[in-house]
Amino acid sequence: MRYAMAIDTKKCVGCSDCVVACQLENKVPVGYCRDWVTETVDGSYPDLTLELRSERCNHCDNAPCVRCCPTGSSHIAEGGIVLVDPKKCIGCGACIESCPYDARFFHPEGYVDKCTFCIHRVRKGQQPACVSVCPTKCMYFGDIDDPSSEISKKLKTRKYKVLAPEAGTKPQVYYLI
Amino acid sequence: MTTRRDFIKISALGLGGLTLGAGVYSYLKANPYEHLMPGNFARIPTYCEVCFWKCAGWVEKDQDGRIAKVIGNALDPHCNGRLCPRGTGGVGMYHDPDRLTTPLIRVTEGGKQTYRQASWDEALDLVASKMTEIKEKYGPEALALFNHGSAGDHFGHLLKAYGSANIVAPSYAQCRGPREVAWKATYGTTLGSPEPLDIRDTHCLVLIGSHLGENMHNSQVQEMSDAIDRGADIITVDPRYSTVASKSKFWLPIKPATDMALLLAWIHVLIYEDIFDKKYVEKYCTGLDRLKHHVRRMTPEWAYGITTIKPEVIRQSARLMAAAAPATIVHPGRHVTWYGDDTQRSRAIAILNALLGAWGRRGGFFFDEKKSLPDFPYPDFPKPKWTWRDMHNGKYPLAGLAVSNAFIDASIPGEGKGHQLKGWIVAGTNLPLTLPETNKFLEAVNSLEFIAVVDTMPMEITGYADVVLPECTYLERYDEIRTSPNREPVIALRMPAAEPLGDSKPASWMVKKLGEKLGLGEFFPYEDYSEVLDWQLKQIGSSLDEMKQIGVKVYERKGRPLYLKNGEDMSFNTPSGKIEFYSNEFEKLGFDPLPNYTAHPEPPDNFYRLIYGRAPMHTFSRTANNPNLTDLMDENNAWVNPKVAKIWRLHNGQEVWLKNQDGVVTTFPIKVRITERIRFDSVYMVHGFGHSEKRLSKAFGKGASDSELITNVPIDPIMGGTGLRGNFVTFLIEKPETAEVG
Repeated sequence: MRYAMAIDTKKCVGCSDCVVACQLENKVPVGYCRDWVTETVDGSYPDLTLELRSERCNHCDNAPCVRCCPTGSSHIAEGGIVLVDPKKCIGCGACIESCPYDARFFHPEGYVDKCTFCIHRVRKGQQPACVSVCPTKCMYFGDIDDPSSEISKKLKTRKYKVLAPEAGTKPQVYYLI
Repeated sequence: MTTRRDFIKISALGLGGLTLGAGVYSYLKANPYEHLMPGNFARIPTYCEVCFWKCAGWVEKDQDGRIAKVIGNALDPHCNGRLCPRGTGGVGMYHDPDRLTTPLIRVTEGGKQTYRQASWDEALDLVASKMTEIKEKYGPEALALFNHGSAGDHFGHLLKAYGSANIVAPSYAQCRGPREVAWKATYGTTLGSPEPLDIRDTHCLVLIGSHLGENMHNSQVQEMSDAIDRGADIITVDPRYSTVASKSKFWLPIKPATDMALLLAWIHVLIYEDIFDKKYVEKYCTGLDRLKHHVRRMTPEWAYGITTIKPEVIRQSARLMAAAAPATIVHPGRHVTWYGDDTQRSRAIAILNALLGAWGRRGGFFFDEKKSLPDFPYPDFPKPKWTWRDMHNGKYPLAGLAVSNAFIDASIPGEGKGHQLKGWIVAGTNLPLTLPETNKFLEAVNSLEFIAVVDTMPMEITGYADVVLPECTYLERYDEIRTSPNREPVIALRMPAAEPLGDSKPASWMVKKLGEKLGLGEFFPYEDYSEVLDWQLKQIGSSLDEMKQIGVKVYERKGRPLYLKNGEDMSFNTPSGKIEFYSNEFEKLGFDPLPNYTAHPEPPDNFYRLIYGRAPMHTFSRTANNPNLTDLMDENNAWVNPKVAKIWRLHNGQEVWLKNQDGVVTTFPIKVRITERIRFDSVYMVHGFGHSEKRLSKAFGKGASDSELITNVPIDPIMGGTGLRGNFVTFLIEKPETAEVG
């Protein structure tokens, strides 16, 4: 089993519903976020392209944050989900430095925090909060080891990319383009 | 009598203050993995009040019984279980530490006007005595209600019981009025809300200045996303590279204010290339010959010179629409009060849809249906001696609803011409950031004898009130059953998920108390407002108890089918019984019977057209202080094309003040955002920022207000709509003397 996320940039309108839904679901303090939206504009008026992306921890197969964690707080849970155990975290910040996606932040309570793919929901058979709220239904979450899952089908039929592939982290958030 | 009405900043009062901040946010301190408990806590039905789409949802509480979040109700066709960011962040309205929680009364202390806290009895006694005074001196008609949203429903009932029908919402003359009149004239029916657009099944969606996806009209955005999945084509006409423009097959970067020429050229192509729906037009429409003659010279080449859109693009996009027809929608838009000839532009859109055979067809427009709720058995309302129609004094003959700007005029001494307004109740609408022409607004409020304001937040409008009545948020109250039409009739319940915070109260409670004080108790024959809902629901085979369980109930259609059947006879509610290309009614009233292009003024040297719009996480000016939503976006920017930025030597993030053609300067500076996404002749900003009320601690001084800059307002003579896009701005790099510090 390998959990992953695919996000359709053709449908995403960048509304940030994923951000606020995550903040409320995971009680992320106001002023912090585990996911965010980026906008990339290319070209000059009127020959333009625009890509909006909902970004978060990529739950990498080859996760530098896990490798560099001195206490084992950063670890890999079921389905490849990368988690932080706040009790073991000493707040050294090595993982924050190592992440090429800038996906981690210091929680004001004194540990490092980031996206969990809403593992508490996934364990109950629910979708992550961002996926379940998205008005454009542009986000797909599931098991890419299961060829019949919706995400596997999307990755089979659509062109996609990942962020910073050159970092060699084998990220598991895919962007359909 | 003229009362000098000082604008009181509620912030200046040092009120005892709301101490909900600490308590409300303390739950955030929990260990992030302990509080993620199974989601089996109580859930309470509601429908959203952040915008007018009114999506139904469930309020979920955490283990301490606090409101934690709102999620969509899967049964509701407005949202299909998915709220938009504003709906998801709607909990911020409840948690906002700046909320109004005590009635306030204007007093003069040491020659200075201020507010003092008051009890409800005191505040409502004062409102009742002022209402009685106005009734005795001038008649009840001299009291008007400005409203938006649910509070207006309750105060509307009170006003009618009191004897005035002068009820107005800025959503008509500042927003969707023109298209309603255009649709009535063309199809014999208005569009209403939500609009009956069959985006779910469309093959071609055409957006004229509508930035769907940035305005989160939820089900429309959802269906548009589904349409993209299905491979439907989108055509977007916008001087700005909007989000949806980036998802479109054709983006037409039109020169602002020239949309009419493009629409007429499209009509020309459909008719002269013979690619309109001839069978449909022959059966259902009238006036084709005159229309054909009318547009004979309005070729794509003619339109090119006006719109800057190349003729082949105009032709190709028209052919694309025709090829997809009747599953083509030329979106009628929502906020369409742009240039003062907006009813005519909406008419051109209505005609275009008819040529494509889209009205009443799958993938075009469906015939919606609503579940009507019988009225609670109230006594008959007294008949007013005059109404808003008389107040228009013969102007705006086709206005289907009251025109807010006419109410402003009628509040200025001598301007009422026998239909003078003397007092206002304002419920749920922040007029200073909603209405254009601030100077007229100020003249009006300075002349009135009494203003009461009902709001959840210390919006700017509360600073002009004699009495401020603090309303609780939608998460703490019952309101009317939502009955908006849709593909299937559907109803939705809003009920309280928590006790009102502080001393705030539901509007339904306020009007009952006021009614009793005014001797109008017979119009409020119940102990609790929920009895009205229960009675109404029981008349249609439901009950309050049932609705508390399900939140949303979908009924089967009873009326006509969703679409026209092949060859079905259909009579339209127009004078001819047909879809009218040529409007004799318009002609009789002295208006163009067919839409015409009129050139609008262009920006003078060194000025740029001010274009405003929406961001997906904000609505009106009401969300700019919402802690959850300001966290997503806390100020607006002035979008400037890089060529323009170069001329002015602007850099990204630089603060500038905008000055309009009449010398009006924004109170606050706005940061420049240099982007290719805006035309070189325009400046774009998101509406609803630049709040000047300090008690809005998160919104005060953040960004600039577009409303301030809208002082040139051509009025639509047909229905009174205010054209808001005829204003031009330039940059002030240095801080002007008039400006405040943000």
